[in-house]
Amino acid sequence: MRYLPKSNAERRAILSELGLESVEQLLQSIPESCRLKRPLDVPGPLSEKEIIDYFRARASENAAGYTSFLGAGVYNHLRSVVADSLLQRGEFLTSYTPYQAEISQGTLQAIFEFQTMMCQLTGQEVANASMYDGSTAAAEAAMMAVRLTNRRRIVVSRALHPEYRQVVNTYAEHLHLEVVEAGFDGSTGQTDLAATRGMVNDATAAVVVQSPNFLGVLEPVPQFAELAHGAGALVVVAIAEAVALGAVRAPAEADIVAMEAQSLGLAPSFGGPFAGVIATREKFVRQMPGRLAGQTTDHEGRRGFVLTLATREQHIRREKATSNICTNQALCALAVTMHLSLLGKEGLREMAGQNLAKARYAVAEFEKLPGVRRAFSGPFFNEAVLGFPCSVRIINQELLRDRIIGPLPLGPFFAEQTKRGLLCVTELHSRQDIDRLVAATRRALDSLGMASREAVSTQAER
Amino acid sequence: MAEPVNNAPSTATRHVSLNESLIFEKSAPGKRGMELPPLDVPAVDGDSALGSEFHREAVDGLPEVSEIEVIRHFTRLSTWNYAIDLGMYPLGSCTMKYNPRVNEFVARLEGLATEHPLQPVELSQGCLRILRVLERFLLEVTGMDAITLQPCAGAQGEYAGIAIIRAYLENQGNPRKKVLVPDSAHGTNPATAVTAGYEVLNIRSDASGRIDMSHLAEYVSDDVAALMVTNPNTLGTFEKDIAQAAELLHAKGAQLYMDGANMNALAGIARPGDFGVDVMHMNLHKTFSTPHGGGGPGAGPVAIKKHLEPFLPIPVLAEKADGSLFWEANRPKTIGRLRAFYGNFGVLVRALAYALAYGPGMVEATRDAILNANYIRKKLEDVYDLPYNQPCMHEVVFSDARQKKNGLNTMDIAKRLIDYGFHPYTTAFPLIVPGALMIEPTESESREELDRFVAAMRAIAAEAEQSPELVKTAPHSARVGRLDEVGAARKPVLRWKPR
Repeated sequence: MRYLPKSNAERRAILSELGLESVEQLLQSIPESCRLKRPLDVPGPLSEKEIIDYFRARASENAAGYTSFLGAGVYNHLRSVVADSLLQRGEFLTSYTPYQAEISQGTLQAIFEFQTMMCQLTGQEVANASMYDGSTAAAEAAMMAVRLTNRRRIVVSRALHPEYRQVVNTYAEHLHLEVVEAGFDGSTGQTDLAATRGMVNDATAAVVVQSPNFLGVLEPVPQFAELAHGAGALVVVAIAEAVALGAVRAPAEADIVAMEAQSLGLAPSFGGPFAGVIATREKFVRQMPGRLAGQTTDHEGRRGFVLTLATREQHIRREKATSNICTNQALCALAVTMHLSLLGKEGLREMAGQNLAKARYAVAEFEKLPGVRRAFSGPFFNEAVLGFPCSVRIINQELLRDRIIGPLPLGPFFAEQTKRGLLCVTELHSRQDIDRLVAATRRALDSLGMASREAVSTQAER
Repeated sequence: MAEPVNNAPSTATRHVSLNESLIFEKSAPGKRGMELPPLDVPAVDGDSALGSEFHREAVDGLPEVSEIEVIRHFTRLSTWNYAIDLGMYPLGSCTMKYNPRVNEFVARLEGLATEHPLQPVELSQGCLRILRVLERFLLEVTGMDAITLQPCAGAQGEYAGIAIIRAYLENQGNPRKKVLVPDSAHGTNPATAVTAGYEVLNIRSDASGRIDMSHLAEYVSDDVAALMVTNPNTLGTFEKDIAQAAELLHAKGAQLYMDGANMNALAGIARPGDFGVDVMHMNLHKTFSTPHGGGGPGAGPVAIKKHLEPFLPIPVLAEKADGSLFWEANRPKTIGRLRAFYGNFGVLVRALAYALAYGPGMVEATRDAILNANYIRKKLEDVYDLPYNQPCMHEVVFSDARQKKNGLNTMDIAKRLIDYGFHPYTTAFPLIVPGALMIEPTESESREELDRFVAAMRAIAAEAEQSPELVKTAPHSARVGRLDEVGAARKPVLRWKPR
């Protein structure tokens, strides 16, 4: 086997040095009744060529060649080959968590740079070395707020990504925390501030909103912060589309930011691995979950970096840890650091600006179609909910003929919104892609006989 | 020793890589390392598009550097890391084995890396088939009945597993209050039990380092939800009474949870499903070779017995009559969702590529891993204290008892190992061995590399006798000397700030 660096003669030589005849003799502590007495019934072995052929065959059964307008927590943005080529250096790829600082300075300094960039993006004072993803970061942020306030109620916006909400609920349930949902305003698409106010009381640990929210709409974070702080609660801001921060004010008023950094340099990869982040105020750092790199010096005064404040973590504190997280998403965080280094201040500004422009162009083109309107009036970045005169699912079936994956149908997430779809347009969509989508949608509506019912449907949608 | 050059980049006296500054310190306004194709739709003004209360002009402080500067920066940083690709990385309990390059290649294929998790299921059959084949493979290796690939790492797998047990017991009327954890366990075990709402009770180890069965019998009650056991345990020893422990627990209605961090010692030799385990997680970044990447990403699938299936996290991969696959989310007894989407798919692709490369031959890797650990045990047992003197499985645990006499501890020896060109072993763990040296060579080491390691460890043992100060002040060859960790924690500097 090509991965095993021993010949049979070498194996025998080692055995004889151990005074043994076979490895079997080393396994005698395993009771017979526990032993597997047959070969594993699994496919393989495969050579490298066969492995590549196998996965190419699987890849061909997916959506390669389709133009997709899906976002909803996973975004396709420009990535440079430079970052991926650096990332594959064995020194990064095949190293462990940097507990031995003297021979892990590369990883540690990169984490320190990552933490700095995440602070710059989010307007927060400290950020950790990564969480699993945006959804678990949101759940951990909510639990962190529970520890900080010693309260047990969490008010969650209904415009928080539905799968993030599910994750928050899973974690909250086992700690017997109370989770209540605040609805969103039907006309703006923003979380209903008055409804939220009605739910925040002196038992409330946190108000959790997402901006841009799942409906693509920006939330007025300062107003939610004021509301929460007035009741002694914290405000947690989730961010699923981090590129927005290139054009949108940082949620500096937030007490905790739970971010998904996927859109800053990571491939969609069918939903993972990504890089979650928690950023917060300095005074809250000792309740923050996850690893942290800090700057220090060696005995000769040279700058170096170490993992620090580990007394929050499971390997030191065991049952008293702030979280059970151990392995995080270090290599993904490194990819984000490389990507942001390449993109830089100007590149991110330009990328965000292109998203703003293309999403607006797409919405304007869609609104030229009979019965199609943007469903909400609140400010948006690169995603918009569009209302259609018929089920989005049916339209999307038609679009697939043109090898287009259309807006995400909202029906499965919000029962009342079957005629609405969430459109995402990024800098990677050319004007031609957008025009092709709109033209195909027009043909679909025509073939479904929707044009004549325009007036009625438009009325109904609004 | 070297002069403090790190803070004086303009006066470099040696190779510039020794002076690599922070990326922010290289920044100059107007530089960039990446360009976008020109905008092909009308530009919009940020203030009018978003409103001035939402719009920001730019993110201040982000670096402004060119492409070659980024290349050099990260290449230089990389040279400061040790890595499996450079040599033996004997971290006990971490399973630092070879990470095959073909796995990286296939995870990046167009049609896999490019796929969106919410695209239509009929256009995702390739991704789902990969997950299905991996599920089947892992079930055969573990002997369990059902599985979820959703957890992102071992700790999240533990969480899922304990939550499943809790839901199962709750469904029977009483979730119970306590989880038993041996004193040799990983720190994640007790931390997980608490996160899932349980109180932790520690179980003693016996003279062989295994779970003290009489102590266990004393503690198992109607109030105990589960025992969390690592097998082989963190001493590298098989828990030979595991089946009896399972019976003891089951008789009281409790469940047996197995931490599968050490599956590298069992694959193809013994299956947890065959010795009474109800729930277990695996660390695919250990046994299934997905790269550790400086601390992740990992994957922590959880395999369970049939009676726990209704409680699996959603969504569950299911198959239609025509053989096509889909995600089933309508499961009333589920513990819920653990993360958005379906887990660390890219990691799962790599794990399957590894699994298929070996096939049934995976048992050869297991045997080599065990052989290597025992070779190291044999070659070092006359110079390092072996608190539990018995054949081991995939890892061997010494203690620093002999070197203590010269004022040295396991950390000193570990740091000196750096000067000999190796990554340290795991220090000070498991907790039941004071001053532990926990060594896991894995199957990926040739005899030549093992002998180099043995020679280094023996040389250090000699130095400990003859020149302990040399060991005490190690490492002497790394880019930096021992770092002030106390100072780092006392006055945390967690980000760069402009002067």
